[in-house]
Amino acid sequence: MASDIFVLVEHHEGTVTDLTHELLGKARELAGAAGGEVVACVFGSGASGLVSGLAADRALYVDHPSLERFIPEAYVGALAELVSQRSPRLTLIGNTTVGMDVAGALSARAGLPLVAYCSALSIEGDNVVAMSQVFGGKLTAEVELAGGIASVIAGSFEPATGGSPQVEEVAAPASLGDVKTKFSNRVEPEGGDVDITEQGILISVGRGIGGAENIEIAQELADALGGVVSASRPITDSGWMPKTRQVGKSGSKVKPKLYIACGISGAPEHLEGMRDAELIIAINTDEGAPIFDVAHYGTTEDLFDVLPALTEQLQSAVGA
Amino acid sequence: MNIVVPMMQTVDLVEELELNDAGTDVEREYLKFVANEWDEQALEEALLIKDASGATVTVVGLDEVDVDGTLYTALARGADKAVKLTGDFSEGVTSHQRSAILAEYLKGTSFDLVLIGVQSAEDLDGQTGVLLAGRLGLPHASVAVTVEPADGGVKVAQEMGAGIIHELTIQTPAVIGIQAARETPRYAPITRVRQAMQDGGLEQAAAPSVEGDSGVTVRRLFAPESTSHAEMLSGDADAVAGRIFELIRERGLAKA
Repeated sequence: MASDIFVLVEHHEGTVTDLTHELLGKARELAGAAGGEVVACVFGSGASGLVSGLAADRALYVDHPSLERFIPEAYVGALAELVSQRSPRLTLIGNTTVGMDVAGALSARAGLPLVAYCSALSIEGDNVVAMSQVFGGKLTAEVELAGGIASVIAGSFEPATGGSPQVEEVAAPASLGDVKTKFSNRVEPEGGDVDITEQGILISVGRGIGGAENIEIAQELADALGGVVSASRPITDSGWMPKTRQVGKSGSKVKPKLYIACGISGAPEHLEGMRDAELIIAINTDEGAPIFDVAHYGTTEDLFDVLPALTEQLQSAVGA
Repeated sequence: MNIVVPMMQTVDLVEELELNDAGTDVEREYLKFVANEWDEQALEEALLIKDASGATVTVVGLDEVDVDGTLYTALARGADKAVKLTGDFSEGVTSHQRSAILAEYLKGTSFDLVLIGVQSAEDLDGQTGVLLAGRLGLPHASVAVTVEPADGGVKVAQEMGAGIIHELTIQTPAVIGIQAARETPRYAPITRVRQAMQDGGLEQAAAPSVEGDSGVTVRRLFAPESTSHAEMLSGDADAVAGRIFELIRERGLAKA
C-alpha cells in the first residue's frame, strides 16, 4: 500500500464543490502524517481545466464521454482502476449522492474497507482512525482501519484552495465503453415558491408536528413573527410541505436570524443545512435529540403548547 | 418485472440507546427494533411499479428482531412473496456482511431490479445497496426519488442536493437506493397483517454463509461530546413561551 491520499473531485456544471476543497484540506494533513502525496482524481469529458487551483500535489485526470455527467458506474469504474493500480493509503470521498454511489461500490469492487459518515480522521501508526456519525447522529463511532475509503460529512474539515498540481492524464478503462446507464436530463428546482434561503425568520417543522393539519400552528407563529414555515426532510417526503421548503443536505442551506426548530430531532443531514443560523431555538420532547447540540436555547415542553402560547404573546404585544 | 426489496431491522432511534458492556455497539438484546424507514420507502416504490405495470414484488429480510412483523406487513401492503433468511444475527450485521448475504441469495434467484433503502441508521461501513451492486457488478443509483419501468430498464430520478435532480435511464438488472417513494408508504390495516400471519406465507431459507469482513473495527461508541449544548429553558409551556418571546424581542426580531 502506498502512502498517498486520494481525493475524488466532485464537480457540477464546471464548478468543483466546496466539500472537495475540504477533503483536500484534510488530505494534506493526512498525507503529511503518512509520508505521501495528495492526489486529486478528476473525471470528466474535456474538463481537464478543473484541475487548476486544486490544493493537491498531483492530479490524475480521466477523460471519457461517459464521465461528462455523473454516471455512478462510470465513476466507480474509473476510480476503481486508479485505486487498484496505485493502492493509495486512503481515498476520501464526500458523503453526497455522488459519494454514496461511488464509495460503497468501490469498496465492494476493490475489496477495501469503508467507513461512512466521517467527521474526523487521523493516522495513528499503522491505523487510520475515524469518527463516524451513526444512529442518526445520536452516537459517534470511533473506528480503526488499515486504510481504504472514507466518506466525509460536509463541514467537517477546513478547506484548502490554491495549488497547481502536476497533471497526469490516465487512459479510461475499457469498461467505460459499456456503461448500462444513460444520463438524460438535469432538472433544476422549481421556482415560484418563497426562497427560504432569503428569509430572516424560519419556523421549521419536523416529524414531531405529527400531521399536515398541525402545520397551521407553525404558520400562525410564522405570521405573527413575519417569517416563513420551513421543514425537515420527512415532512416534504410526506408531501405535507413543498420541496422548496426543505432545509438540509438535500434541500437548502439556510442562515436566518432566527430558526425555531419544532419537533425536529436533528439528523446530521438536517444540521448541515441550518447550523449557521444566528439564533436557534429548539422545541423537542426528546431531551437527547441532537438538535439541542446546535441550538442556542431549547425546551422539552410540548410544541403543541409552546407554539400557540408564543403566538398569543406576540399577538398581544402587537395589539398592546 | 421481478423486483426484490431487501428489508432490514434497525434500532428504534426514539429509544434511549444503551451500549453493550464493551461499549462497541448498542445493547441489541434490550432495544426495540423497527423496519428501516428507507426500506419502507423502497417497498412503496416497488408497489407503485407493481400497481402501474404488474410487477412481482419479493421482500427479503435476515432473521433479525421482529423481522416477521415487517415481512408480514409487507405482504399485507401488497408484496407477493416474503423470504426470511435464517441464521444468528443477534450480534448485529455490518453492511458488508448484509450485502454479501444478499448477493449470494440473489445469485440463486431471477430478478430484474433491487429496490432498497438508500441508507440506514447503522451503516457505519457503507450503504448496503451500493455494496450489493458492487458485489454483483450491477449498475446502480443512490438517493432515488422515482423509479419507473422504461424500455429495457428503468428511468430513475436521482437527487443531487439543493433541489437538483438527475434523470437517468438504467438497464436492468440494477440496484437502486431509494430515498423517498413517490407516495407516502401505504397503510396496511392490522386485520390484513393478521390475515397474512394466519396464511403463514413467509418462506424461510438458511442465510448463505459468507465472508463479509468490513475491515473496520469499532474501538468505542459514544454519545457525541458536543462542544455546546442549548441552554434549556425552564418552566411550563407558558413560561417557556415567555422566555422565547423575550429572546426574540431582545434581538429586535419581534414585530412589536
